Amino acid sequence: MDLKEIKELISYLESTGFAEVEVEGGEVRVRVVRHSPPPQAQTPAAQAAPAAQGAQPESRGGYEVRIPPPAEPGRVITSPIVGTFYRSPAPDKPPYVEVGSVIKKGQVICIVEAMKLMNEIESELEGRVTSFLVDDGEPVEFGQPLMRVEP
Amino acid sequence: MFEKILIANRGEIAIRVIRACKELGIRTVAICSEIDRDALHVLFADERVVVGPADNALSYRNILNIVSAASVTGAEAIHPGYGFLAENPRFAEICESCGITFIGPRHATISQMGDKATAKILMEAAGVPVIPGSKGLLPDDDDEITALADKVGYPLIVKASSGGGGRGMRVVREAESLIDSVHAARKESAAAFGDDGVYLERFFPDARHVEVQIMADHHGTVVHLGERDCSVQRRNQKLIEESPSPAVDKALRTRMTDAAVAAAVSVDYRNAGTVEFLLAPDGNFYFIEMNTRIQVEHPVTEMVTGLDLIKEQIRIAAGEKLSFAQKDVHFRGHAIECRINAEDPDTFMPSLGIISWYHPPGGPSVRVDSAAYTNYAVPPQYDSMVAKVIVHADTRQEAIVRMVRALEEIVLDGIRTTVPLYLEVLDDEVFRKGIYSTRYLEEFLARKRERQAQDDRVRAAGKRKGPAPAGKPKGPPRAPRAKP
Repeated sequence: MDLKEIKELISYLESTGFAEVEVEGGEVRVRVVRHSPPPQAQTPAAQAAPAAQGAQPESRGGYEVRIPPPAEPGRVITSPIVGTFYRSPAPDKPPYVEVGSVIKKGQVICIVEAMKLMNEIESELEGRVTSFLVDDGEPVEFGQPLMRVEP
Repeated sequence: MFEKILIANRGEIAIRVIRACKELGIRTVAICSEIDRDALHVLFADERVVVGPADNALSYRNILNIVSAASVTGAEAIHPGYGFLAENPRFAEICESCGITFIGPRHATISQMGDKATAKILMEAAGVPVIPGSKGLLPDDDDEITALADKVGYPLIVKASSGGGGRGMRVVREAESLIDSVHAARKESAAAFGDDGVYLERFFPDARHVEVQIMADHHGTVVHLGERDCSVQRRNQKLIEESPSPAVDKALRTRMTDAAVAAAVSVDYRNAGTVEFLLAPDGNFYFIEMNTRIQVEHPVTEMVTGLDLIKEQIRIAAGEKLSFAQKDVHFRGHAIECRINAEDPDTFMPSLGIISWYHPPGGPSVRVDSAAYTNYAVPPQYDSMVAKVIVHADTRQEAIVRMVRALEEIVLDGIRTTVPLYLEVLDDEVFRKGIYSTRYLEEFLARKRERQAQDDRVRAAGKRKGPAPAGKPKGPPRAPRAKP
């Protein structure tokens, strides 16, 4: 999640008039909340003299960006190469691991295919697979989170 | 024509290629390292693929990940820019064998021109003047060595064939010191490189660096786009480039461009390339090397010809015929480029940091190619060039005035840059006259140091002689500014 994407969420709130949006992308979840200034008292005096704001508390509009900590504890396995992610060695074979599988360091957990070469990806983590962060057949970039593992 | 191109580079050249693609209606894929996710070229492109960590060997030169990125995004062609993999024949070959068009010459050409010895032999066969030198390694016999040296001519350099970095080299000005110098160079070479093989080459201490841009399609057409003078250099790094060269008249231009075209034709060259020459004070020129890629200073040629070289590269790679003939190429006016580096202008030490405020110059005939923006952190892992400022005008004098104006406008707060140095150079009588060699900058800096030492002596003596010591050139008054 980078600055450009957060700005796009803010634009989204402005154009739709919504007050909040929450987006999850891979490992990161972001919530953007718009704070409207409290409505001004609609008296002619207030309208005529907007500078005389002494009676009202200072009001601010704006946006708050919250990035909550991941809901589940654990760490992620990321892709070491660029390619296409596959959960099983071949379409007709079972996946290397499922949600709930217990994995060891060095164990082959998926394939990332690059230029027709099937690269077996070995886990650097030990623990239980709690979720997959990419779909079978999805292109992945270097460093992209593939699955979450709870120790 | 391609529908999608991957740009295997970063920084200003990646942006340059993306701009050409956008104008041609081609979708773009940017690659980046993990620390470049917020780099401008990534923000400009339609798609992005992170290809590795910061270390450029693992990212911008990661052939597997880059080719794979083209494959997963469906890019039909890769533009390599300059540097990184642009002249890596293996990369070009792998692209071709994976069905991805490499935007540049054939990999065999890149190989041939990448080996200086091979390139020299090919050029000589094509009738292109090469630097006089001994062929192969020097024999052991002193008389034979002396005879070879007489043929090469003085002054000459004894060079280590396995060498580099200035080691295993000796300049020899007259025959008396030849044999001793050969022995000394052999000893140094054996110690540094484990091999005492040496050869001789003529030495031209007062030469200029003048290169010719060529462009060739896949249908046999080769054209030249004039020359560029890149004599203002420091440690073999170009700092200021211009076209036309102040040292080249019409007759010399014809001879040089004819030689450059002959060079390209002789190797069945394709796409954009530059033939570099050494121009001696007597008007003779000699082949140095051929750069089989688009170069940093290509905008200088674009400004005097009105052509878009990157678009031409893309069209050629897509199999189209060159959209113009030699007779359609016209040169107008004078262009100068200054490479702005994030370096201290006096010590040239890299100046790392965040550009707290960036404002490029503008106005008539001022072009800026840059990946900088306000709050951009200049990464230390990549080269220190933060912007190229190019100007065009009717004459060299007017171009100099325009460049001074542009450099006084540019704002690059938060880092030190070489802008103040360029302002001093542009103000220098020797530069303005246009008569100098590749030793110009060295001499300029020596004169500057001498002037400063002189001013210090005068101050120390407590007397004022002549005009007050010159300080840094006055920059524009800075208005107080709000945060952008």
